[in-house]
Amino acid sequence: MNSRKILPLVIPVAALAVVPVFVHSNVVLNFMVIALLIALVGQGWNILGGYGGQYSFGHAAFFGTGAYATAILQVRYGVNAWPAFAIGIAAGALVGAVIGFLSFRSGLRGSYFALVTLAFAEVLRILASVAPITGAGVGTLIKLDLRPISFQFQSRAAFYWVILALFALSLLIVRVIENSRFGARLVAVRENEDAARALGVDALSVKLWAMTISAAITAAGGCFYAQYFLFLDAGIAYGPWISVEALLAPIIGGLGTAFGPLLGALAVKLLGELAKFVTGDAPGLDLVLYGVVLVLVVWLAPGGVAGLMSRISSRKTRAAHG
Amino acid sequence: MLTAVIIPTVINGLLMGAVYALVALGLTLIYGVLHIINFAHGALLSAALFAAFLCFRYLGLDPYVSVFGLAPLFFLLGYGLQRFVIGPAAHGKDSNILLVTLGLAVIIENALLYVFRADTRTIEVPYAFNVVEFAGSFLAVPRVVGFFAAFGVAAALWAILSLTDIGKAIRAVAKEKIGAQLAGIDVGHVYAVTFGLGTACLAVAACLLIPSYYVNPHVGDAFVLVAFTIVVLGGMGSVPGALLGGLFVGVVESLCGFYLGESLGQIGIFLMFILVLLFRPTGMFGERA
Repeated sequence: MNSRKILPLVIPVAALAVVPVFVHSNVVLNFMVIALLIALVGQGWNILGGYGGQYSFGHAAFFGTGAYATAILQVRYGVNAWPAFAIGIAAGALVGAVIGFLSFRSGLRGSYFALVTLAFAEVLRILASVAPITGAGVGTLIKLDLRPISFQFQSRAAFYWVILALFALSLLIVRVIENSRFGARLVAVRENEDAARALGVDALSVKLWAMTISAAITAAGGCFYAQYFLFLDAGIAYGPWISVEALLAPIIGGLGTAFGPLLGALAVKLLGELAKFVTGDAPGLDLVLYGVVLVLVVWLAPGGVAGLMSRISSRKTRAAHG
Repeated sequence: MLTAVIIPTVINGLLMGAVYALVALGLTLIYGVLHIINFAHGALLSAALFAAFLCFRYLGLDPYVSVFGLAPLFFLLGYGLQRFVIGPAAHGKDSNILLVTLGLAVIIENALLYVFRADTRTIEVPYAFNVVEFAGSFLAVPRVVGFFAAFGVAAALWAILSLTDIGKAIRAVAKEKIGAQLAGIDVGHVYAVTFGLGTACLAVAACLLIPSYYVNPHVGDAFVLVAFTIVVLGGMGSVPGALLGGLFVGVVESLCGFYLGESLGQIGIFLMFILVLLFRPTGMFGERA
């Protein structure tokens, strides 16, 4: 890792970091916080799905576990929010490792893997909707205490910087993976698992690590969600909506690229806001649009926004040289 | 005393299981030929239930009548989706099909949510609460009709697959796609017909369900995971497997619901699903992949 590889990460993050200095609108900041949150959750999915080629339809399992662990530790056991946040991430990673171990050891790939992750998330959702510790149908409410010591902040800007820092960390993790032997093995497994194994790659352990890291990052998003909204129920934490957004962001932004999830999350959220603006706050319409965009991107622009951008820029360079 | 409760529970499970089997039949047919898991299956079932609901509410058509219109209509819908959306969008990659059918599921489900809102609706048919007595248990007439109709559809499907030319073509493509193509079979057409047949099964299932069930935009979700379980349990692509798997799952759900309560009854299905996927992903009747 040298400065040439880090610099392209620093500039966009620095540019994003100064946004609250110029923009004071809570609406805009709230929009950016949500977009960055989805980008973070999507970055988790991207490591497993984009770099590893294993499409999970159940990342809600990790998001929800992180969120619930953070909330329940504070509400029921009086743990401070900061260690609760860290434990939430660890809990999500653990769930990822367990689900990954079970499904990869059984050799589940492709649509079977998508199915089993979906089923695990649904089991957790149903359990959370009846278990007393999660507040069952009522949900869990974290007490309002707007002090940094409780991981709650007066200003939106502080929340914004926290989620930006988390996302920047995820960018760094992705960049380290991209330049490591582990990353090379992961991509090899994605491209051709049998060939990779023939070359001596331990595919099981590679996929398992990818899933654990992926789950930890997505769980961090869940922990942040709990602190930001201070309320959880089974449908929010483990609902299919987050599994869909987790894969939507990297696929629309550009699968297997570090900035794909951010581009995708911004595009998707802008589209959602636009839909709300045009049609009023109708339930479901933004998701209809997300579905249409998902189909269209797979159909017409398999590289996502990042792929389109590089195609346009390469055309420009060609035009300039020609 | 115990048998007096258990036997009706098991029989009711079998009745429900037959309709599950019908939903699973569509899924397994599509899997058997196209080798894809259709994640839009549940959303299409929700759409079919709404269609049956609308036919009753606005045209006054009994679901047992409207099924003869809705089944061909959903066949065309399925045909069109595969031929003009899923096929071209996937570029021949399985992972893309996964995402496209997921995208379709999101679109259909939320379009229904947008149009009909999240309310749960039911229809009132005159025979909804009629019962027949069998082996000492009282069975709702719509469930009994559903049971026999599901087997009728399975038989019809079997006849199509084994007796007609298109059925032979479907089986040929399922076995050996390139060989079938070389023999002059239009694979794109066969894929679309298969997808249409699978979707038509949903329309029939919807018309059998609606007299004794309810409809809302998310109703298909509950069925589709059950259907996935059945298909995995019975072996991906196996028609008899789907039938037996459906009956089995219906009974398991009924018994789990009886002993554990409604909401945990579903957990039994999911756990079974996960266990089967982990330990016997080829199912009871499936061939080694």
